[in-house]
Amino acid sequence: MSHPTKTLFGLGAEFPSAAALLEAAKKIHAHGFKKWDVYSPFPIHGMDHAMGFKRSRVSLFSLIGGFTGLTTAFVLIYYTSALNYPLIVQGKPYFALEPSLPIFFELTILLTAFGTILGLLLLTLLPRLHHPVFNWDRFHRATDDGFFLVIEVTDPKFDPSASRQLLQEMGGTHITEIYQDPEENPHPVRSEGIA
Amino acid sequence: MRSSDSSAQAAFAKAADYLERRPLVSNHRPLSWITQHVCQIVEERAPKWWWILTIVFGGMATLVPAMLTYLVSTGVGVWGLNVPVCWAWDITNFVFWIGIGHAGTLISAILFLTRQKWRTSINRSAEAMTIFAVICAGIFPAFHVGRVWMAWFLAPVPNANAIWQNFRSPLLWDVFAVSTYFTVSLIFWYLGLIPDLASLRDRATTRLRQMAYGLLALGWRGSNRHWTHYEKTYLILAGISTPLVLSVHSVVSFDFATSIVPGWHTTIFPPYFVAGAIFGGFAMVLTLLIPFREIYKLHDLVTDKHIDNMCKIILLTGSLVGYAYSMEFFIAWYSGNPFEIYAFTNRAFGPYWWAYWAMITCNVAAPQLFWFKYCRQNPWVVLAIVMFPNTGMWFERFVIIVTSIHRDFLPSSWGYFSPTWVDITLFIGTIGLFNFLFLLFVRFLPIINMFEVKGITPQADPHAEDHSTSQNHPSHSDPSLRTRVHA
Repeated sequence: MSHPTKTLFGLGAEFPSAAALLEAAKKIHAHGFKKWDVYSPFPIHGMDHAMGFKRSRVSLFSLIGGFTGLTTAFVLIYYTSALNYPLIVQGKPYFALEPSLPIFFELTILLTAFGTILGLLLLTLLPRLHHPVFNWDRFHRATDDGFFLVIEVTDPKFDPSASRQLLQEMGGTHITEIYQDPEENPHPVRSEGIA
Repeated sequence: MRSSDSSAQAAFAKAADYLERRPLVSNHRPLSWITQHVCQIVEERAPKWWWILTIVFGGMATLVPAMLTYLVSTGVGVWGLNVPVCWAWDITNFVFWIGIGHAGTLISAILFLTRQKWRTSINRSAEAMTIFAVICAGIFPAFHVGRVWMAWFLAPVPNANAIWQNFRSPLLWDVFAVSTYFTVSLIFWYLGLIPDLASLRDRATTRLRQMAYGLLALGWRGSNRHWTHYEKTYLILAGISTPLVLSVHSVVSFDFATSIVPGWHTTIFPPYFVAGAIFGGFAMVLTLLIPFREIYKLHDLVTDKHIDNMCKIILLTGSLVGYAYSMEFFIAWYSGNPFEIYAFTNRAFGPYWWAYWAMITCNVAAPQLFWFKYCRQNPWVVLAIVMFPNTGMWFERFVIIVTSIHRDFLPSSWGYFSPTWVDITLFIGTIGLFNFLFLLFVRFLPIINMFEVKGITPQADPHAEDHSTSQNHPSHSDPSLRTRVHA
């Protein structure tokens, strides 16, 4: 509108509570929007369902990590103790399941943890140094006590005036255009304290 | 008629009040209060007491590198170890510190899986404690190997001897167990920190803070497309940490249990060690938390209920440990093995009798005071009582390790262990290091898990409004979430 040179990222609205945000998310989902998101200081119970998410796929990465760990442990112990340099220690067998179990277990756990955290980073596309939503001057409250909903311009259902009206009808306040260009709309370093 | 009605009503109201769950955040604090109250600890100027304590404990911590340098440059003989007592203070300290860590993982993993919501305000500091305790623990076995520059031989990489590690040895299991435990605890702790680091980033008033916390927060923005994966990740890490925490001290106990030394060769060791670790760990959590709760006025977040719950866990695990002590004696007698019987008689009435009875007093007798509500409700009484388990758990490891090996099968090779000044100074150094690291943590990271505490407040429940209209159906939801309040 009045910012012809900036690229619009989306339209943001603030909601007064977790309950209001959940209701709004249900409606936005029902309207068939695809490229939108809600932001809250803590995960809201029922929000995944409201946004129509399927089960998170992080567990798949955990499973792959776990199998890798177990296989690594088996190969490591079997290769070193029974194949590469078999050594008699106290007359025990070169390879046996019982003494290998602790290391099977520990490496399975270790690589499951690595797989899980890697899965989280891949699925969330983090770490990331900047994001257009940070250009919104109210957005710092998303990690404090603010509840936000942002519809992106790239959503096929997005319409500047209709979407604004929709957010307004749902009880959204401080409805704001969020721009992509951080130079034009720098994220201010807050200097005032919070009461 | 009327008066009996009203008195019945009063009695009913009293009962209802008694039965109602106390909210986990007192005084109906709003969300922003939680952020502000926790973040200001990090944001305000470091108070004078912090500088004094940090310098004192930091000075104590320098004893660690000093003693280790002396040890390495002179030889491992500067410790009081000698045949027959080749494991003494070093391994005692190792088991002591690693055990402390267990409470942190228990709170973050097991209490998470069992939906114990009260864990949220104590898990951050308990997990930090875990990590610092494991750091202190790792020093001892690493240097106990004697030639510390060869400690890397423990890692399964090819070396000049062309001999691989002995995977049949519990000492190698220990290497894997402890390093996995440390790594997974660190990952779990950092994962929980990410949203709170983002809070600190968004409140930052200087560029340096914004950059530092911003980089650590990985660009977290509280998006629900992230929360959905985040919550799953947290659940999986809690799920794998639960068997992990039970396994670590079990594997540590295998160091002893798989040997044939009377007093060590005991099948009860794994559960007994785990119970003892949780016991000692909770005592340490309370030791650290009670003073910081007072200093930073965290009474609304770490309520009396939290302290009460932890005291009950100490009572339970302390009693389990007491059961294990008596069961060891029973099995020694029941085995009919004269060496076993002697090992235990010697423990209680031999030259180390003082250590044994110190252990019984601190670990079995003292926690029984927590049967009394008064003792659980007064933080200063709690603090005084938990000093007993803190001491007693060190004595337990000393008793198990030293009394078992100082007199084994051959009377001609019996001996008596006394620590040298290097043993003592190094242990004092690790106490300094532990407290020093904890003080740094308090100063630079949020000591309360803000986002999880916010998540258990009544206003976080998106169905809070529904409940106010359906007061007659209390079964609808968790009563702790039903409390009125809108800030």
